[in-house]
Amino acid sequence: MDALMQFLLSGMTVGAVYALVALGFTIIYNASDVVNFAQGEFVMLGGMTTVFAHAAGLPLPLAAVIAIALTALVGVALNKLAIEPARGAPVVSLIIITIGASIFIRGAAQLVFDKQLHRFPSFSGDEPIRLLGAAILPQSLWVVGGAFAVFFGLWAFFTKTLTGKAVLATANNRLAAQLVGINTGWVMTLSFSLSAAIGALAGVLVTPITLVAYDVGVGLALKGFAAAMLGGMGNPKGALVGGILLGLLEAMTAGYLSSQYKDAVAFIVILAVLFAMPQGLFGAKHTERV
Amino acid sequence: MKSNLKWIQLAIVFVLIIALPAFFPSGYYYRVGALIFVNALSVVGLVILIGYAGQISLGHAGFAGIGAYACALGPDYVGLHPAFSVILGAVVSAGMAALIGKPILRLKGYYLAVATLGFGILVSMVLTNERALTGGPDGTAVAKLGLRSWLKDAGIKLSSGEFWYLVCGAVLLIGVWIALNLFHSATGRAMRALHGSEVAARTVGIDVAQVKLQAFVISAVYASVAGSLLALQNKFITPDVAGFMHSIEMVTMAVLGGVNSVLGATLGAAILTLLPQVLTIFAEYEQLVMGLVMILVMIFLPKGLLPSIAARLRGRGE
Repeated sequence: MDALMQFLLSGMTVGAVYALVALGFTIIYNASDVVNFAQGEFVMLGGMTTVFAHAAGLPLPLAAVIAIALTALVGVALNKLAIEPARGAPVVSLIIITIGASIFIRGAAQLVFDKQLHRFPSFSGDEPIRLLGAAILPQSLWVVGGAFAVFFGLWAFFTKTLTGKAVLATANNRLAAQLVGINTGWVMTLSFSLSAAIGALAGVLVTPITLVAYDVGVGLALKGFAAAMLGGMGNPKGALVGGILLGLLEAMTAGYLSSQYKDAVAFIVILAVLFAMPQGLFGAKHTERV
Repeated sequence: MKSNLKWIQLAIVFVLIIALPAFFPSGYYYRVGALIFVNALSVVGLVILIGYAGQISLGHAGFAGIGAYACALGPDYVGLHPAFSVILGAVVSAGMAALIGKPILRLKGYYLAVATLGFGILVSMVLTNERALTGGPDGTAVAKLGLRSWLKDAGIKLSSGEFWYLVCGAVLLIGVWIALNLFHSATGRAMRALHGSEVAARTVGIDVAQVKLQAFVISAVYASVAGSLLALQNKFITPDVAGFMHSIEMVTMAVLGGVNSVLGATLGAAILTLLPQVLTIFAEYEQLVMGLVMILVMIFLPKGLLPSIAARLRGRGE
């Protein structure tokens, strides 16, 4: 029983990170119909920049804010320099562009930073909290809390603010949004910076637990993508639930079946979801228009 | 006219394979050449899948992995000669492709990309984790083909580099020939029709699911044979051959050169195989340059290098 509780808690922590990556995917997918394979690189940039800013003598909160702001800029640059010029290109081209961007960012990070594993201190110490017979790191609470805060923040943004509704309108129909006076170019900039900032935040929150290196992005992007698929592409609620579900499944597999095949869970889940219900848990049904 | 074009393309590949060694400064380049041919072979398979039928796969390295490990394990566990292990790998790959292709190919665009990606990663995970069978992440040795010593006895002396250059070149030539034939066949036309519009293809009586599956299985066999050739010539193989990055590399080669053109895809394979060789001097910049090339080509030459160059040469044609 204690073991189960322990697996649940660690699954929640990992799942919250996947949820944050998946939320980032969702925002860009909604705004531009692009699946951004460089999403994991935002997480890496958030973690790495914080590490180096902190090592340069800046206080941790300031270093984190700088990292998130810089990553948001990278997100905007990605849109302006790589995705916007290829608007209307086939899916294969867009996949290669974002994968190319992810390789490029990784290569740049390896030059600007280094190839070592890094961490910085946890926000609230490393003393585990006992909870129902299991132990949880205070940092895990930050990660899970962060995921839920971002989710509710996004929910409020998209339903309560005019800007959020403009983003949704653009996602729905770019031309129509333009016609009613929405600056869709600006909406794209906003979406990419928001998505990158969320990724960077995930990196900042999770680095004290999992450490960060220039190449952690690929794995995270694929897992986050699996989570987004599981929940249904383009649906924030799906991203959150999918992320946490995936984290829990992984923790259970590692605990009860095989830790070697823990990483396989995400891909088995993807295949199972796609076979059984291609729209995911919360996705809308689509029909091809002729 | 059309079939003239086929023979011209075949002749170009043939002449290149025969003539290139004249420019090789050292024996090492035979190895690079053989590697280009192997990559080109799997990329020609992707041309059939992506270029003809319009379906994407980010998991074809999985089939290369199956082909490679068939050659590594076949002789040890089943007692097959390495040459027959290539066929075993191709059969297993085809069977696997048929099995997973049925449900997967109903999906489109990103969903298909991710499903195939998942398949490829699962294959590489099995190859990495089943240490007892595959030797795990450190890889495993592959038996000798034995053809070279047999040739030696027959009086033909070739260095290992020269031998594999010729074998891979010959297999590539056969692969190109089959792909070009397929292009003009009824099946090839059906593939191209569903690429244009699935609904329209179905309306004129094409069994869309069946044709997609054919393209998937054929391209899987190409990747598998390429994997086998890689394993046999290196006499050693690691699970990286089935890895995610290898799948991406394959698709990038295809799209870089021109995914609708067999010749273009071969060019793409050559460029991306040579790039890391050229960049060894700037090893730290390799990823940076690779990523940049992928982005720039997709933005400025969306149809790929060869078709874009051809269009330019033809003036404002196309």
